[in-house]
Amino acid sequence: MTTFWLLAPIMVIAALGLLFARKAVHAALALAVVMISLAILYAAQGAPFLFAVQIIVYTGAIMMLFLFVLMLVGVESSEAVRETISGQRLFATVIGLVFGITLVLAVGQTVTGVVVGLGAANENGNPYGLAELLFGKYVLAFEFTSALLITAALGAMVLAHKERLTPRHTQADLAARRMREYAETGRHPGPAPTPGVFARHNAVDTPALLPDGTPLEESISPSIVERGQVRSGFDDDIDTVVDQLATDEQRDSDGFGGEK
Amino acid sequence: MSDLFGNEPFWVIALKAVLIFVVLLVYTLFNIWFERRVVAKMQHRIGPNVHGPFGLLQSLADGVKLALKEDIVVKAADKVVYILAPILATIPAFLAWAVIPFGPEVTIPFTDTKTVLQLTDLPVAVLYVLAVTSIGVYGIVLAGWASGSIYALLGGLRSSAQVISYEVAMGLSFVSVFMYAGSMSTSEIVEAQSDLWYFVPLFPSFVIYCIAMVGETNRAPFDLPEAEGELVGGFHTEYSSLKFALFFLAEYVNMVTVSALATTLFLGGWRAPFGIGQINDGYFNTGYWPLIWFFGKTLFFIFLFVWLRGTLPRMRYDQFMNFGWKILIPVSLVWIIAVAFIRKLKSEDMLDQQTLTYVAIAAGVLVAITFFIPEKKTPDSGDDAEPEEWDAFAGGYPVPPMPGQQTTETLPDARPERTAP
Repeated sequence: MTTFWLLAPIMVIAALGLLFARKAVHAALALAVVMISLAILYAAQGAPFLFAVQIIVYTGAIMMLFLFVLMLVGVESSEAVRETISGQRLFATVIGLVFGITLVLAVGQTVTGVVVGLGAANENGNPYGLAELLFGKYVLAFEFTSALLITAALGAMVLAHKERLTPRHTQADLAARRMREYAETGRHPGPAPTPGVFARHNAVDTPALLPDGTPLEESISPSIVERGQVRSGFDDDIDTVVDQLATDEQRDSDGFGGEK
Repeated sequence: MSDLFGNEPFWVIALKAVLIFVVLLVYTLFNIWFERRVVAKMQHRIGPNVHGPFGLLQSLADGVKLALKEDIVVKAADKVVYILAPILATIPAFLAWAVIPFGPEVTIPFTDTKTVLQLTDLPVAVLYVLAVTSIGVYGIVLAGWASGSIYALLGGLRSSAQVISYEVAMGLSFVSVFMYAGSMSTSEIVEAQSDLWYFVPLFPSFVIYCIAMVGETNRAPFDLPEAEGELVGGFHTEYSSLKFALFFLAEYVNMVTVSALATTLFLGGWRAPFGIGQINDGYFNTGYWPLIWFFGKTLFFIFLFVWLRGTLPRMRYDQFMNFGWKILIPVSLVWIIAVAFIRKLKSEDMLDQQTLTYVAIAAGVLVAITFFIPEKKTPDSGDDAEPEEWDAFAGGYPVPPMPGQQTTETLPDARPERTAP
């Protein structure tokens, strides 16, 4: 009972967080909190198997897939507050209230009083008791449910399946193509040199230098070129360095050079 | 399961919990040093050997330095989740140790209190370990998302896909152990291995588990979530100082956790190895002796991890996923069905041990032979078969190409032409 009164407020707050969180990932996290608390409640009620399965299946796998999709939506995206269906909010509130009242009334009438028979049900250990019911009394329902799930999984695969129309390009194809291009047009088959091999700016916006000292514009990413952010100044770099050296020398001769 | 579980005085439980925490921290420090020394040996280097005896205090110094570094919260981060993530990764790593058996029932020194060298046990202990490790993944995934960086996000996504896939294979490899032991409680599984360690009759499960555990802990050659050649640091790119240290700690504790689980399920847990266990009527299986065997066996698995890291290059992501879903999982499923049949036939006296041994040896030899058959090159059907011409307006209406019909699409440009500004 202590567990319930400790966890109940946490679960209610997390459930409210699920409703009112602006970011989808925060809502998903709140849902995960509700699920884990639910699992702990199962454990406290003498159902350790349900506890483990609840966390492995719901929190571990399903919630994770949820997050997977939500994360792809992007870190900045938050829910739009505008209604897409007119009157949706009103209907949702009314139906939610009706559902809540029904639930409170129904559950309140059945679950009052002391629970009996837990000891007998868990006599040989909780997993055995469950297994006996699932594979004995309810085996048909269990198998039908699994058939339904497999059908649903197959349906999802069929719907998501896409026929490949063009042949797949393997690494070997691409390599052969690069060599052909080199033979025909002389385009270099290897990767372009990395940008930023200046001593003063080892940054992606500074072109690499060829052996003769000319900057190789190809070494910079096309997207930086597109944005016009390429740093051109190799020439003024020399001046800066010369100035700097002169100042340093001046300072050293004045007796401030500590390290040399 | 011993009656002591759940009925012990509070101070005993607290003592055991604190001891497990301390042991795991010290073991992590030791493992970092161990890994560096072993990898160094494999690369003909010496490794850390200056601070402390054999350089043992090196990781302590590194740890203190790491914790004292500047703690940066990046600007694009989602602050709450960013701070929550390393905590979420670390706590479950420790939680899993609540059900790992270190040894049998002992008397606590200087008292008369008897206790089991295991914090507690559940009828579903192994499933409990699976459950808490699956919560640990949240830490990694949320770290990737909350950092607000593409590299970290990709690392987090890879990690979630990887752990979910390999958790399936891992769970399936447990099933045959459950069938043999008739229990999911760790102490009972160790108890059931008093005659024969399960890696002998359940060798395929053992191999599948060993592969899956490397995938599960994001270690080389399956360390794609933090592949530095592709993703800088993966999910922890934007983390520094103590938060990064927590991820580091969680990775090493997880490594020990899966090793301890492998020890418990397949290598007889804390039981002494064959030969030593028989001395003096099983004297070395009593008292505090089993701690040596337990830590020795986990260290063997840690060595395996280091050996893999020192030997194998990182796998490509699609090959890695194909391996998990198209090889590991089907093989485990077939093996589980085989185990179920063998158990049933043996209990009905339709199969004796000798026939089973011969069949197993024959199967082992067959599998070994397949390693010597060179891989056949698959014929490139796309190039050989003349593709049918595709009429985009067959019958007067725009239609998509049918399978086998060729669209006139050219190869995608492998390397985009870079234009001078």
